[in-house]
Amino acid sequence: MTTTDTRLEQNLGRTAIPAHRSEPLWRRRSRLQRATATVVPLLRRPGFTLALLIVLFALAAAVVPQLLTSFDPYATSPIDKLSAPNLIHWFGTDELGRDLFTRVVYGASLSVQAAFLAVGIALVGGLGLGILSGFAGGRIDSVIMRFVDVLLALPGLLLALAIVTAIGFGTLPVAIAVGVGIIPGFARTTRAEVLRVKTLPYVEAARLGGASWSRTLLRHILPNAWGPVAVLATLDFGAAILATAGLSFLGFGAAPPAAEWGTLIANGRHFLITAPWVSLLPGLFLVAVVFSLNHIARTFEESQR
Amino acid sequence: MTRYLMGRVGQAILVLWGAYSITYFILYLLPGDTLSIMLSASGIEADALSVEDLAKARAYYGLDKGLFEQYFDLLLGALHGDFGQSLSLNRPVAELLVERLPQTLSLAGLAIVLSLLGGIGLAYLAAYVRWKPLKVALARLPSLGFSVPVFWMGLLLIQVFAFGLGWFPATGSRGFESLVLPAVTLAIPSAAVYAQVLQRSFQGVWNQSYITTAFAKGLSRGQVQARHGFKNAALPILTLIGLQVGNTVSGAVLVETIFARSGIGRLAQEAVLRQDIPVVLAIVSVSAAAFVVVNLLVDLLYPWFDPRISHTPKVS
Amino acid sequence: MSASNLLIDIRQLSVCYRSGGQINPAVQSLSFSLAQGETVAIVGESGSGKSTLANAILGLLPENAQITGGQLWVEGSDLTHASERQKRQLRGRTIGLVPQDPMVSLNPTLRVGQQIAEALILAKGKRYPAVDADVVELLQHVGIDKPVLRARQYPHELSGGMRQRVLIAIALAGNPRLIIADEPTSALDVTVQRKILDHLQRLVSERGISLLIITHDLGVATDRADRILVMKQGELVEQGPPRQILDAPTHPYTQALIAAAPAFAKRREPLANPDWAALAKPILSLQNVGKNFALPKVKGQDNSFQALENLSLDVYPGQTLAIVGESGSGKSTALRIALGLEKPTRGSVWFEQQEVTHLSWRDFRPLRQRIQLVQQNPFAALDPRFTVFDSIVEPLESFGLLKGAALEQAARELISRVHLPVSFLDRLPRELSGGQCQRVAIARALALQPDLLLLDEPVSALDVSVQAHILELLEELQREMGIAYVLVSHDLSVVANFAHQVLVLRNGQVVEQGSVDQIFSRPANDYTRELINAIPGRQKVAMTG
Repeated sequence: MTTTDTRLEQNLGRTAIPAHRSEPLWRRRSRLQRATATVVPLLRRPGFTLALLIVLFALAAAVVPQLLTSFDPYATSPIDKLSAPNLIHWFGTDELGRDLFTRVVYGASLSVQAAFLAVGIALVGGLGLGILSGFAGGRIDSVIMRFVDVLLALPGLLLALAIVTAIGFGTLPVAIAVGVGIIPGFARTTRAEVLRVKTLPYVEAARLGGASWSRTLLRHILPNAWGPVAVLATLDFGAAILATAGLSFLGFGAAPPAAEWGTLIANGRHFLITAPWVSLLPGLFLVAVVFSLNHIARTFEESQR
Repeated sequence: MTRYLMGRVGQAILVLWGAYSITYFILYLLPGDTLSIMLSASGIEADALSVEDLAKARAYYGLDKGLFEQYFDLLLGALHGDFGQSLSLNRPVAELLVERLPQTLSLAGLAIVLSLLGGIGLAYLAAYVRWKPLKVALARLPSLGFSVPVFWMGLLLIQVFAFGLGWFPATGSRGFESLVLPAVTLAIPSAAVYAQVLQRSFQGVWNQSYITTAFAKGLSRGQVQARHGFKNAALPILTLIGLQVGNTVSGAVLVETIFARSGIGRLAQEAVLRQDIPVVLAIVSVSAAAFVVVNLLVDLLYPWFDPRISHTPKVS
Repeated sequence: MSASNLLIDIRQLSVCYRSGGQINPAVQSLSFSLAQGETVAIVGESGSGKSTLANAILGLLPENAQITGGQLWVEGSDLTHASERQKRQLRGRTIGLVPQDPMVSLNPTLRVGQQIAEALILAKGKRYPAVDADVVELLQHVGIDKPVLRARQYPHELSGGMRQRVLIAIALAGNPRLIIADEPTSALDVTVQRKILDHLQRLVSERGISLLIITHDLGVATDRADRILVMKQGELVEQGPPRQILDAPTHPYTQALIAAAPAFAKRREPLANPDWAALAKPILSLQNVGKNFALPKVKGQDNSFQALENLSLDVYPGQTLAIVGESGSGKSTALRIALGLEKPTRGSVWFEQQEVTHLSWRDFRPLRQRIQLVQQNPFAALDPRFTVFDSIVEPLESFGLLKGAALEQAARELISRVHLPVSFLDRLPRELSGGQCQRVAIARALALQPDLLLLDEPVSALDVSVQAHILELLEELQREMGIAYVLVSHDLSVVANFAHQVLVLRNGQVVEQGSVDQIFSRPANDYTRELINAIPGRQKVAMTG
């Protein structure tokens, strides 16, 4: 049989299949090795690397701001007030003479923490609902989706406003409010992915091979469904940063002198004519971070396809 | 068809009721002490009141009734258009809404039109252009639109066009010129969404076999794009318009605050600042109602655009 | 110029694709010509370059493709360096295209009549008052009933066959001198295909139009072409009239193709056919099985769809039963009922004298070790994140039968059994070809050592030569392991060489059933006869004897 195979294959221009029936020459490549193999080529793209660096900078600013700047965010210095960006003060100073760059770096801490919390809440809630809905189907699915529809009908910011009205101002309420607003998007995406994968032939094959539902869920459905969810999580991280900044801009965030990015921008409003950098530069930094997150998310999405 | 219509309307009402209930739950049941919030919103110190006064206040705000009774009272009132009294401004909420709604509606209306024009135009341009660098730049632009906070964009536009060039006023609600900058600011995030979805959709459509058929007939690239490409690629936009209502309302809050316009958005911001619960409840309910109505319309109009979708079940 | 009576004259044409810095040649120094009124078929498997050639003639090569040499003369002008404008002039008016898959080749949001009118208007140059009447006339010509009604309908309201006819109408609208038919037989049922292709050939000969058929099916080519061109990896390896190609193929590739094509392959010796019923008990038995599906309630229509009616079959150990039918015949439903994935509305299912009709999933589970399934689409049947090793041993892990070193040993044995190298165990499905994926799926199905293997169109998604290999593998496994097969297929030529017993289904009802000899030599039912006659290439084989 093998010889007929090889002859036919050679005729058809393909290489013959060697008969390796002896010692195994293979190793199981670990999943980690395969994962790194997909990420490394991405680093060769300049845009991706730049975006990654910006995000890492923001994360560093959130965790160890003191390493990135030598100024004290609360140190006022009335002599230097409202000075334009220069070599000492990279972003200039605000109306109290505080170094703006330092304020932005320290502000990262609150904003990034809030965003992490918000996305965390959304992941737990949204993933849970989505998986349950997609997997269980039937009535549970309808009920959960109705609930998600209701949440969708409430505009994100307004829902956040309601929550903040009820439990008060500050970084934590803002984070919770934003997180709850993101849940519907996660739930819907997760459900769509679970539904898509659930009906694929290889899931059916696994079930026919005797796999239990829990095995199917953990080993087949979730690993194949998490791709778009991961992309959405990265995108929503950026959206959460924008949303928390928006809420603190409106005055519902941490109380002064703590510096969340939104508060910084709101503060600078009053000096727009004379010292535009007080508002605009922190905003530019914000844009850079969110745009980088979006770029990373999009690069992952494209590499998955 | 009528059966489907009734079903959808019923669904819409259900969703609206759900939204109202959740908001009620958040505002009235979540806080530790609703009474003290309402008192401070009215400008009264809770500590300064005696026990009888507290009881009277409780009765006045309707907080002494049982949970369900209070809920149903509020709900019935809302259905009749009576949203109670604003705690801080001491006027009927409904009156406030009627007063401020037109401003927000005109802002939102212009913003929606601008966002559609901008988004669809950008996507069409990105598809039509053949020079690679420009094409890539146009394709990346929507992503930038997502990354920009609405309030910062507004400040930037004020800086450039109001203070810098002096073309438009920076603040105020009077006249059409004062509407332009706010509407543009509000339109940008939605335009970015439309542009990106349309671009993706167009790429998907362009790979379809019926595009090859169209080319094989002898049509030019432009003709194929317009007649066969965009017509099919634009279908998701309709659904998006419905979903973007929420984003537009959210954006309006920020935009009206920056440009100091007297609309519902700024009313919401002021109400939250003062913890004026009835006003917040009313505004959220009205927005939810707008969302539900617009999406219902979109759903009913959809078969007109996409003949594959029909609301009467067919047997193949 | 002597080329004036040649419609297409291709000389030493080379086309290649640029992707990611690499240059892949698709067509290499190809020369052939086509005269007015001729019907030529280009036969090749995937990667042969036949589609690239068709696109080059149409001037529809993608952006990353380039003509790197040679000349492409169409109606007296060289298209190699022609402008888009010149190429556009030819499309529709000189060259028409009948695309491959009618289900996706029509704009879903435009009415059918509008799409045909578009082609007519382009040919004329402008909109003219009689265009609607012309649309109706054209629809009649291509054999569509109620043309006035159909013109106002949308594509999704028409059946696949009708859509194909509409596409033919669009191709004819411009009064072309050449029609390119791209894989005209892949997407539709065999009987429908035959009717449509007959009709197309009639129309084409009436109007003196040349026809260029692009196909992977040698049978279709020999049935319908005046001349056949065989392509392999971008090169033209042989050309000639069908008689010559079949009787005296000169190139080894052509010989291999003929050997692999089921319609031409020698029927294997009919096995000594003992009286099965007396020898052994059936391993699988369906008795009077009926299946109804509930439909959404619509006034004036039934609210249930009868997928199967009164189906009875027996499968004996070590034997192959083939269920044949076109789409909608219920054959896949029958398979799913046998597997316990669907419950029959009526009747009973027996596995080795045990009734399994109403077993719950949990109770059925132990039986899964004895019944397995091989699915149609090999790429979708493997989890893209699982290595070949993971996929193959999963059933063993699910049942907790083996662990560790024993598991790896089992994997090695299984992969060798399907004639794939052991090093493949580490690969991912996207690194494998279609045939290799299907082998992995078969290895997985064998992991539990089943006694019965159900195969749902196991080779229809594969190239012809690969089909032959897979079928050979399955035969070998049956001989060595004594597995019984239930093979579901729409392709009778595959069944002819492979099955012992055949069952023909149509619209959920059994039309005929019996031994393969009986069905093929002495078909009792008209529908069966129609199916057999519709096999492309069958007539030519019959004539050579």
